[in-house]
Amino acid sequence: MKTKRKDLLGIENLTVDEIELLLSTAESFKEVSAREIKKVPTLRGKTVINLFYEPSTRTRTSFEIAAKRMSADAVNISIASSSAVKGETLKDTARNLEAMKPDAIVIRHSSAGTPEMLSRYVGCSVINAGDGAHEHPSQALLDLLTVKERLGRIEGVRLAIVGDIAHSRVARSNIYGFTKLGASVTVAGPPTMMPPGIERLGCRAAANMTDAIKDADVIMMLRIQLERQDEAFFPSAREYSRLYGLDADKLRTAKKDVIILHPGPVNRGVEISPDVADGPYSLILDQVTNGVAVRMAIFYLLLGASRET
Amino acid sequence: MKTNVVMDEKAIERALSRIAHEIIERNRGGERLVILGIPTRGYELARRLKKIIDEIEGTDIPVGAVDATLYRDDLAIKKTQPTLKKMDIPISIDDRKIILVDDVLFTGRTIRAGMNALMDFGRPLSIQLAVLVDRGHRELPIKADYVGKNIPTSVKEGVKVRIKETDGVNEVLVESAPR
Repeated sequence: MKTKRKDLLGIENLTVDEIELLLSTAESFKEVSAREIKKVPTLRGKTVINLFYEPSTRTRTSFEIAAKRMSADAVNISIASSSAVKGETLKDTARNLEAMKPDAIVIRHSSAGTPEMLSRYVGCSVINAGDGAHEHPSQALLDLLTVKERLGRIEGVRLAIVGDIAHSRVARSNIYGFTKLGASVTVAGPPTMMPPGIERLGCRAAANMTDAIKDADVIMMLRIQLERQDEAFFPSAREYSRLYGLDADKLRTAKKDVIILHPGPVNRGVEISPDVADGPYSLILDQVTNGVAVRMAIFYLLLGASRET
Repeated sequence: MKTNVVMDEKAIERALSRIAHEIIERNRGGERLVILGIPTRGYELARRLKKIIDEIEGTDIPVGAVDATLYRDDLAIKKTQPTLKKMDIPISIDDRKIILVDDVLFTGRTIRAGMNALMDFGRPLSIQLAVLVDRGHRELPIKADYVGKNIPTSVKEGVKVRIKETDGVNEVLVESAPR
């Protein structure tokens, strides 16, 4: 299986073969980060621009480290220090960045579809690092890799995603990714945070959290995105935590060998209790480690080969 | 396309056995040796060489794999990316004598990439190159220390090494170019 794709905009339009190629390539790249000299010359002379219109520590750092471990030059632009605050449009920003001949632009933006639009303006690769409530493909890939590594498979795995499904690009990308590879996905959250018609994506909507997690092999807790909420979707953080937070009590209703994922950053005591987040079932830090490998695989497969233009 | 079998199972076995003896003779035993193969077939050949040397010397020589893919010089000009293989360096290679193993020595570019990869893991005492087939047409100043068989070819011909572990059969084929 090969890919001739220019961009990585989402999981929705990837084939099963492409997802599997990305995962197996990422597995190989894990070894590079385990070396004493964590660098390979593969993308020497390539330039990657990280264009982040939203705050990020993990994802931006992960993309930057991935690029640097492959010898590409990584440049970070965050919105606070960019010309966007002076009123430059995204299109102008894109054209100007393109004029500096980068090989890839990694973009995060609060509006769904921005990476897709950007990809039409520029000839270089565009990688979606999260766009609004649409998709976050590299997150889904690292979640897939983490589960595959631990359970040895994706097919037949039962995944429960709990939290703010409506605002979550992580949920959307993971529903696409896991269902494509043959897992069954159940989602649960407060009724105000459950988008109507979510079943159309191929998942099951559970009535409550206990129902969602009772048979799950994997529980994915979503972050409550306070910054994305202009109205109140739940009365209080305490009530949310009581009904939809994962703590030791709720965990007892789940399978004994369940594994727990969280995309970070964790709101401790809201969607997940500290003892669970740091407990033996949690793979939160494995996810972060795998994030670098997955992003190296993305760069390798999109940037390495020549493309006829 | 015409295909000639230039080495059969017996010939491959004899060649590997001779190479194993040459390695032992030149290195005065198996001390400090590490055998690393270039995947996929070079790695299987490396494991076979290890087994033969261990049987003769009563040693347990570390064996592993060096994937040269990330160090190739043609990544930017290829149309699609080659699939990554396994990198498996079992122990520190500092001050070790490395036997690098591949199936076919052709332009020498893979060996260059493999040596660059190795250097990122440490400073070996020496690197010696063992190949089952040397088909000529070098593009870099690289020479094998141990050769199973020299097979003069034209650039247009293809040399295929097929071995049991990956192809179900042990043989070396030369395929003439289609006219």
